[in-house]
Amino acid sequence: MGMRDALGAPAAVLAAGMLGFGALAFESGLNLVLAVACTAGIWALPGQIVLIEMHAAGAPGPLTVLAVMLTGVRFLPMSISLMPVIRDPKKPRAPMYAAAQLLAMTSWAWTMRRCMDMPREARLSYFIGFAGTCWAICLPATLMGYYLAGSFPPLMRLGFLFLNPVYFVVLLIGEARTRLAASALVCGAIAGPLLYLVNPQWSVVSGGLVGGTAAYLIQRQLGRRDA
Amino acid sequence: MLDLTLLVIASAIGTYVWRGLGVLLSGRIRVNSELFNWVACVAYAMVAGLISRILLIPSGMLVQTLLIERLGACVLALIAYYVSRRNLLVGVGVGVAAIMVMSVIRGR
Repeated sequence: MGMRDALGAPAAVLAAGMLGFGALAFESGLNLVLAVACTAGIWALPGQIVLIEMHAAGAPGPLTVLAVMLTGVRFLPMSISLMPVIRDPKKPRAPMYAAAQLLAMTSWAWTMRRCMDMPREARLSYFIGFAGTCWAICLPATLMGYYLAGSFPPLMRLGFLFLNPVYFVVLLIGEARTRLAASALVCGAIAGPLLYLVNPQWSVVSGGLVGGTAAYLIQRQLGRRDA
Repeated sequence: MLDLTLLVIASAIGTYVWRGLGVLLSGRIRVNSELFNWVACVAYAMVAGLISRILLIPSGMLVQTLLIERLGACVLALIAYYVSRRNLLVGVGVGVAAIMVMSVIRGR
């Protein structure tokens, strides 16, 4: 059942993003195996894009890993809140560590919504069916993007490269649910390019820290005033 | 290339740390703490900053497009997204088509 839910818009949207990532990886000179390994291992489009962009900018390795890790922090609260929903308390915790690799924003949101009115025994298999299907579809999608970028005329390649930026613009702006998230987007969007002018290599991390902290402080001040 | 392989492996492990830590900590700590709020802000701002940098100061093939075209395509994508009742695929499709059409028109 998880599989059936995934095989619609969720998998299509993720695959489109990974198609774009494959194209980006090709343009940046990554080899095919590493491109697919990024999708399989990191399994988070923002982190994958950060990896490619920072590598292209010549950023030092440890800083790149730090930046990728920072984009993945969102998985911590997601994982913490998902586990009580899908885990059967009578069963051991160990298999959950394997299931956790499949966790991503889409599968989290769907599972949290759908599993609430499901019997406890069915939930883990729903999650694995859903998240596993998304993951499995994104591997060939990355491969396809990589090949298509190499063999398509320049105009199509341009379209593929534009896929990820526009994907995140729509996703971030369209799905920003809280005022905190919205102000973090605005502050980050301003801080990122400005700090890039100062230092391209550090800009992703410093832009996030400066923009994110500013947004956090602004919202805290506003919250106090409301209260 | 070896460096890059290590980078990919380290990044994969580094990302997994959060997923695995969540399993370990679930049921033991609160999710809605102020620290999480701040961390979420930093993560959002980082991705937003990277995307806006790619749009404003592009590298690679996107250099061939004009700023107004990139921003215009994003606006069209957002309009399509809302008109299609929040269909992400429609929004992205319109955005990609828009940048291609605009660069063809300019090229003639």
